[in-house]
Amino acid sequence: MNMQVENRGRVLREHFGIAAASGQYVIALAGNPNVGKSTVFNALTGLRQHTGNWPGKTVDNAQGTFTYQKKPFLLVDLPGTYSILAHTVEEQVARDFICFGQPDATLVVLDATCLERNLNLALQVMEITPHVVVCVNLMDEARKKKIAIDVPALEKELGVPVVATAARRGEGLDTLRETLYQVSTGVRKSKPRQLVYSPAVEKAVEHLIPTVQRLIDHKLNPRWVALRLLDGDRAFIESISRHLELQLNPKALQEVAAL
Amino acid sequence: MHVPDKLSSLADLPVGTAGRISSVELDGLLRRRVLDLGMVPGTQVECIRKSPVGDPIAFRVRNTTIALRSDDASLIKVYPMA
Repeated sequence: MNMQVENRGRVLREHFGIAAASGQYVIALAGNPNVGKSTVFNALTGLRQHTGNWPGKTVDNAQGTFTYQKKPFLLVDLPGTYSILAHTVEEQVARDFICFGQPDATLVVLDATCLERNLNLALQVMEITPHVVVCVNLMDEARKKKIAIDVPALEKELGVPVVATAARRGEGLDTLRETLYQVSTGVRKSKPRQLVYSPAVEKAVEHLIPTVQRLIDHKLNPRWVALRLLDGDRAFIESISRHLELQLNPKALQEVAAL
Repeated sequence: MHVPDKLSSLADLPVGTAGRISSVELDGLLRRRVLDLGMVPGTQVECIRKSPVGDPIAFRVRNTTIALRSDDASLIKVYPMA
């Protein structure tokens, strides 16, 4: 268990330039552009933040800290993206951090006034990790547009905690902190709704999973990896080799190509 | 303007008319971006404004306004509606 923790610390430092103190919970902050992600970030961390770059990329990185129930938290702001099926540097940075940085929780901020489009990113994140907290922000804007959000129903559909906030007014932040605390410490477990694909795809995934599990040794969600292999996502395959310091077996890739 | 009953594309929609997407024939990054913004088969899209030279074109889809070049819009096929 200690080995795992040390390892995670090393990956965070060397691959992502993030220095997490021992015992500090790491939370990744994701969301579409213009959903108030920065407002949420500032509201949680106050002035205890600093900005820089992701190593080797020209993409901004902001990190901030806060304390809750005497536990320290490090909040890492990811670039605003519509999806993490990475085609741009921003999406790649976000995807790599959520996958390989192994944050204790990923907070996905959504815009209450256009939930449908925002849910795209939330569902993708939920395919990678179960430690997700969904924050439906801009509730004040939604009220102005007479949009009402049924939070319990959304929570039931998604299978992960959902917190409604209007971050610029300070609404919902206490609940947000408490929920992040519960998910990061493992007190609250989630069963994120998994997307089901066509029978042909599902069959191919089933076929791939044993090989994938052998390769990645439970460091990543095997279903997610299998789907990305079927996508032919070369960049992701390279990322896996780099971040997990594995040599991805060419035979395995041939198996995939055959499918 | 004559609006054909058979398949046309977003680029053919007169301003103020809507179409339902039947296929997205773009590639790469733009394809991903368009799909991520909710322009998937079955979605209704309304043409709301064209710039004087006909390019770019503004569309309304799922409560969002998106601008596309007419070349790209011509690769998103639709069934015209009233």
